[in-house]
Parts: sequence; structure tokens; C-alpha cells
Amino acid sequence: MPSLPTIQPEDVAAAEHAAHDEGHFDAPAETQIDDALGEYLLRLGDDNLILGQRLTEWCGHAPALEVDLSLANMALDLIGQATLLLDLAGEVEGRGRDADALAFHRDVLAFRNCLMVEQPNGDFAQTMARHFLFATFQVALLEGLAASTNPRLAEIAAKGVKEIRYHAELSADWIVRLGDGTVESRERMIEGLDWHWRFVDELFQMDAVEQDLAARGVAVDRAALRARFDAAVAATLMEATLPAPTYPRGVLGGRKGHHSEHLGHLLAIMQYLPRSYPDARW
Amino acid sequence: MSPSALAIDEAAILAALDDVPDPEIPAVSVTDMGIVRGVGGTPPALLITPTYSGCPATLVIEASIREALDAAGFAAVPIRTVLSPPWTTDWISERGRDRLRAYGIAPPPRGAATRSLRAVDEVRCPRCDSADTREISRFGSTPCKAQWQCRACLEPFDRFKCH
Repeated sequence: MPSLPTIQPEDVAAAEHAAHDEGHFDAPAETQIDDALGEYLLRLGDDNLILGQRLTEWCGHAPALEVDLSLANMALDLIGQATLLLDLAGEVEGRGRDADALAFHRDVLAFRNCLMVEQPNGDFAQTMARHFLFATFQVALLEGLAASTNPRLAEIAAKGVKEIRYHAELSADWIVRLGDGTVESRERMIEGLDWHWRFVDELFQMDAVEQDLAARGVAVDRAALRARFDAAVAATLMEATLPAPTYPRGVLGGRKGHHSEHLGHLLAIMQYLPRSYPDARW
Repeated sequence: MSPSALAIDEAAILAALDDVPDPEIPAVSVTDMGIVRGVGGTPPALLITPTYSGCPATLVIEASIREALDAAGFAAVPIRTVLSPPWTTDWISERGRDRLRAYGIAPPPRGAATRSLRAVDEVRCPRCDSADTREISRFGSTPCKAQWQCRACLEPFDRFKCH
């Protein structure tokens, strides 16, 4: 019987210590894409991929059959768009990686999604709160990207925005239905929105990579989308008779690979099969 | 086969695909659905487009089209997927709409893609033709369909989403 190599705790500690002393929390260089466009496409693709994977956890568990179908179909839209974006990211990188390679063979620190999409589903209200906030933002983002000077990105966005508009409307309906529903549904929706509100600022965060791309008309200036987002959210909350969530400071870090603990657990499930059986086909 | 021969054969190629069913809705063909966009590009290829970004039938559709092309003697014609202009329900042909209705699926109205999703369209029951219908769920058995019910005959039915 083959034996596993013995892992010495002091070796592990030394390796961790070395990494932290250097101040590096980044993934190994060979798993990263240096090109600015590639990095941007990873951010967009990872947002969709991780939110899509999260939604699939509802499959078979939603409160009603129709809702189960809705969540699974929205997951499908998101994962479909992620495939297009990550395939393009791999093409830009030019090292032969496709969407599958990027989705299944990157470690947690190499993921560039925002923190909101990796948050656990919580209850149904919390899932819908997250989806409403993200889809409302994403409609504005994709409408802008449909006019990107990069024609490949523009056509993916033009196709995707038609799908995400549906998500925004469906989730807004649930904000109203639960917010203006029973005492309990209202409480839960308030809690769901409060939890996710701390992750909203990151959706509109710009850095040097995106500013440069936005100046060339490739990317969208996220910061410029905030006013429209705030107005759309306020209108739905008013209809839902819900208070505006307040949180003093947004949590950031996802775009640099500084994720919450939750993402690793999500990837463990998502990546298990292709990592255990590389190149498996059926 | 030379490029000019391909161009000449476009009609024959499309005819060969006229019987290739959509795997999710076998009552309509891939040409009825507007999935097949004809021959074009350089080098010339059969252009196809997905209905939804995440449509899981995309790979099956491409495989079925490949098989039909090979069987009709067009093995040399490559297939290329294009995204723009994005597919909308307006790409579904009149024959496709008739076939959907006969199959029990309410087809989407024309020009749906340009209107708000919340626009109130008249939706007729594909069974009894009553306009007294209601939406049960925005999402149905496939990403492209919503669930509706007829108040007159009480039958639930699928409606092709305005998209």
C-alpha cells in the first residue's frame, strides 16, 4: 500500500512564514494573467461564474418549483456568460487556457470576483437581496460594455444584458413581495439587504487597470454607474416599503484575490471532479 | 470545395438543415429558430448563433448540424458560432411560430425584443385561443420559456419568452 509523504508541521509553518514575510498573498505567478484586458475579463467572468455556482446550490431546495427553475435558469445564464468571458480571457492570455482551465484549475487567490458573489446563499431573502443588488449593477455595466471598443467584449455584453435584465426584474419583484409581505418576510429581507450592502462599494471600485481600459473605451467607468444604481435601488425599496440599508464602509479585496473564507469552500465543490480526474470526458 | 462553390450551394445547405430539430423543442427546426444564419465570413462557413449564452443545447445543436451537413455531402463546410447581432425571438420564422403554436407553446410577439419586458402583451392560449391568460412563473422548463396558464380552459402552457 503506497504511503503518503509525511507532512512536517514545521515545514508548513516555515512556508507560510516565508510567504507572509514577503507580504505576498498573490497566487503563483504562472497562474496569473498579466495583460490588463485579460485581468479585466477575469474579473467580469469570475463574477458571473461564482454567482452562477452559488445559485446552483438552490437546485432542488428552493421554496417552490417555479422558484427552483428561476434560480437554476439564472445560474445557467451567468455560467454561459462566464464561459464566453473566460474563453476570451484565455485567448487574450495566449497560453492555450480555455474557460474550463481557468474555472477549474486556478486556486482561490487567483480568482478576481467581487466579494458579494461568493457570499453564502443564506435564506431565500438573502439570496434575492444579493441577486437584486448585483443584477441591478450588472445591467448598467453590460449596457455600457455593449458599446466597448473591443468588439468581442461588446458582443458578449450585448447578448448578456438581455438575459440580466430579466434577473434584475425577477429579483426586484421578490424584494417587493418579501419586503411588503409578512412581518417575517420583511424582517428577513431587511437582514438580507443589510448583510450584502457592505459589498456594494466594491462593485463600483475603480483601479489603475480599469481606469486605463476605460480611457481607451474598452472598459466601463464603474464609478459613473453608481448614481443610476442608487436611484434604481431606492425606487424598488420604496415600492417594497423597506428602509435604505446603511453601512459605514464597504469591504474590498476580491479584485486582488483577497477573498472571504467562503470562496475556498465553494471552489472545493466546484473544482473537485476536474481536479480529481483531469481531462475526464463523458 | 472552393469558396465560390460554397456560396452557390447556400440554398442547398439550408435545405439540408430544414429538418434538423431543436433538441429542446423538436417541433421546430434549427432554421425555424433562427439559429442558422446562413453561409458567410472568410473563409466561408455556416454561421450559427446561440439563443441564450448558457443554453445547454448549443453543443447538441452544433453536433446535429454537423451530422446533417456531412450526410448531405457538405463535410467540407465548417461551422462557426457568431454572437452578433444577438439572437432575439424576432429571428424565429413565421413557420416556426406556427409550429410552436401547434406544439402547445405560445410564440412571442414580433418586435418583442425592442419593448420592455414588463410590457403587457396579449398572450393567447395555444390550445383554446383565449386571451384570458396569466403568468405563473417567469421561468419555465427551459431558459427560453415562461410558464403561463389559461383561465378559460385552465390548461397551463409554455410561452416563448420575449427576448
